Amino acid sequence: MTSAVELSGITKRFGDVVAVDNVDLSIADGEFFAMLGPSGCGKTTTLRLIAGLEFPTEGSLSIFGQEVGTLTPDKRPVNTVFQNYALFPHLTVLENVGFGLKMQGIDKETIRSRSMEMIELVQLDGLAERKPSQMSGGQQQRVALARALVNQPKVLLLDEPLGALDLKLRQEMQLELKKLQRDVGISFVFVTHDQEEALTMSDRIAVMDDGKLLQVATPEEIYERPANRFVADFIGQTNLLEGTVSDAETVILENGISVRAKNGFIAGTHVAVSLRPERAHIQSQGKFEEGWSHVNGSVETVTYLGNALIYGIKLDWMDLEVREENHPGVELHRPGAEITVSWDPEAISVVSN
Amino acid sequence: MSTSVEPRGWAKAALHANGWFVYMFFYAPIVLLVIYSFSNSRNVGTWGGFTLDWYSDFFDSSNARGALSNSVKIAIFSTIISVALGTMAALSLERFTFRGKKVFDALLYLPIIIPDVTMAVMMLLFFGEFFDVLDALFGLGLRKGFWSISISHIAFNISFVSVVVRARLAGMDTDLEEAAIDLYASRWKAFRYVTFPQIVPGIAGGALLAMTLSLDDVVITQFVSGPGWTTLPVYVFGLIRKGVTPLINAVSVTMLVVSMLLVVLSIVAQRVRRNG
Repeated sequence: MTSAVELSGITKRFGDVVAVDNVDLSIADGEFFAMLGPSGCGKTTTLRLIAGLEFPTEGSLSIFGQEVGTLTPDKRPVNTVFQNYALFPHLTVLENVGFGLKMQGIDKETIRSRSMEMIELVQLDGLAERKPSQMSGGQQQRVALARALVNQPKVLLLDEPLGALDLKLRQEMQLELKKLQRDVGISFVFVTHDQEEALTMSDRIAVMDDGKLLQVATPEEIYERPANRFVADFIGQTNLLEGTVSDAETVILENGISVRAKNGFIAGTHVAVSLRPERAHIQSQGKFEEGWSHVNGSVETVTYLGNALIYGIKLDWMDLEVREENHPGVELHRPGAEITVSWDPEAISVVSN
Repeated sequence: MSTSVEPRGWAKAALHANGWFVYMFFYAPIVLLVIYSFSNSRNVGTWGGFTLDWYSDFFDSSNARGALSNSVKIAIFSTIISVALGTMAALSLERFTFRGKKVFDALLYLPIIIPDVTMAVMMLLFFGEFFDVLDALFGLGLRKGFWSISISHIAFNISFVSVVVRARLAGMDTDLEEAAIDLYASRWKAFRYVTFPQIVPGIAGGALLAMTLSLDDVVITQFVSGPGWTTLPVYVFGLIRKGVTPLINAVSVTMLVVSMLLVVLSIVAQRVRRNG
C-alpha cells in the first residue's frame, strides 16, 4: 500500500541552520500521527514541508505516491489547521469555511451546501454568520477544522491545534479530534510539544530533536522502549541511572552494583537505565519483591497528590523520584525514613546517548 | 467609579481648565475664521453685519475657481498614484526580503524628514534640468504646472502612505496569507481576498493623509508651479500679499469644510465595511 505521506532523505536548511536533517518518514493512510519534540526541533518545519509552505533543500516528498516536493500548496491534496487558526477576521464563519472552495472556482450553491454541512459536522450550527472575533477559542478551532476539511484533503495537517486552549477544553477537543478523524477517515498529522497529548491521541508518534527524527513508534512502544536517552527523558517522567553494560542481561550502575537489564549494547557501552517513577516501589529498608532489583536509600520529600504520592528518594550517589498510587492501606513513608527502592527488571529500559 | 490614581481637588480643577484651554487654542481661531467669513466689512476683525458676498466673490472669481479645481485635480491624481506606489512599497518592505532592503527603507523615509524648503528647491532644480532634457530629446515643450506639482506631491506622499499602510500590515498575521495559499488561493487572490481587505483601513487612512497634504501644500507647490498655474493654498497665500480681506476667510472655510467632509466620508466608509 502506498503511504499517505512519504519523506525520504528530507533536509531543510535556512542559511546555515539545518532545521530538518535527513528525515525518512512514512505516514499511513487513516493514521493519527503526532510529531513531537521541544520547540525548535524541526517538527513544524516538517509539517510546513508537507503542506508546501516550505520547499525541501534535499530529498523527496510524496503524497499518495505523487512527488510533491516542489509543488505549491494549492497543488497538494492536503490542508492545514494553523497554530492560531489564522481565520480571516473580515469574513464570517460561512465565508471562512467556503474560502477554499471559492478559490477552486466551485459554484456558489455547492460552496454553500458543503460549507453548511461541514459547519454542522463540527457542531457550529447557527453560528455561520458570526465573525471569528465573536467566537470562543474552542469555536474558532472548530471553524479552522471545518475550513480545512471542507476541501476533502487526503491528509489534514495540524500545527499545535490545541495549544491555545485551556486545559479542560483541550481535553474535550482531544477526544473530538479523534472522533472527527475516525469519521472522515483520512490521516491527521499533528505537531505538538505536549507529550501527554501525543500519547493520548496518536496511533503513532515521531519524536524529533535538533532536526533529527529519533524514533517513530506507537505511544506504548515509545514509552516502554524509548530509542535513546532523549526520548526516554522527553516522554513522561523517568529516572536515568547511569551505568555501563556488562553483558546482554546486566548493567553495572555508577555506584558499582549490577542490576538485571536486558539490552542490545556491547559490553562497556555507557548507558542509562530508565526507571519510570511509577514502576519503582518503595518499602521499609531490606524489604523487596522476590527477583526484583533493589537499592537502599532514604526518603527526602513526600508530595501528596491525592490519588498518588511522589517520593523524592536520596540514594548514595543520586536522587530518584518514585510514584506510589494511593491505594487503601498503602504504607506511608515519612521524610527521613530508611527505605529500599525495588523494581521489576522487565519494567525498565536501557538507553544510550 | 473613582480610583486612587484619579486627580482630586485643585489638581482636578486645574486639569479641567487646562483641557478647556487647549480646546480654546484649537478651535477659537476656527470659530473666528468662520464668523468673519460672513462679515460685511473689508477689514478682517471688524464685524459689519451678515453677508454671503465673500463666498459669492470666491465662487465668481475665475482665478479662485481655477485654483480650486487645480488643487482638487492634483490632490486626486497624486493621491491615487502615491497610494498605489506607497502600498506596494509597504508590502515589499513588510512581506519580502531583498538586497538593499535596509537602504530602501531608510531612503523611503527621507521625504518625511527633509524640510519642505529643501525639497522644494530640489524639485525646482530637478524639473528645470529634467524638462530641459526631455525638451532637447523629444521637443515636448513641457511647462511647469500640473505634472510638476503632481510629481512633487507624489514624491512626498509615497512616504506618508507607506508609513501608514506598513503600520497596518505589521499588525496583520502572515499566517493569514499562508492560510489563503493553503486554501488554493494564488498569490494575487490571497492579496485580493485576504491581505487587501485587512489593510483597507490603512490604505484609506494613507489616502486621506496624502490628499490632505496635497491640498495643503504651499511651499513645494509654489516652487514647482508654472506661470498661470496655481493651487488654492498658493492662491490664498498670494491674496494675503495684496491685503487681507474676508475673501480669504471664505476660501479657508471652504477648504476646511472640504477636508472635514473627506475625513467624515472615510470614517463612514470604514464603518460600512466593518458592518457590511
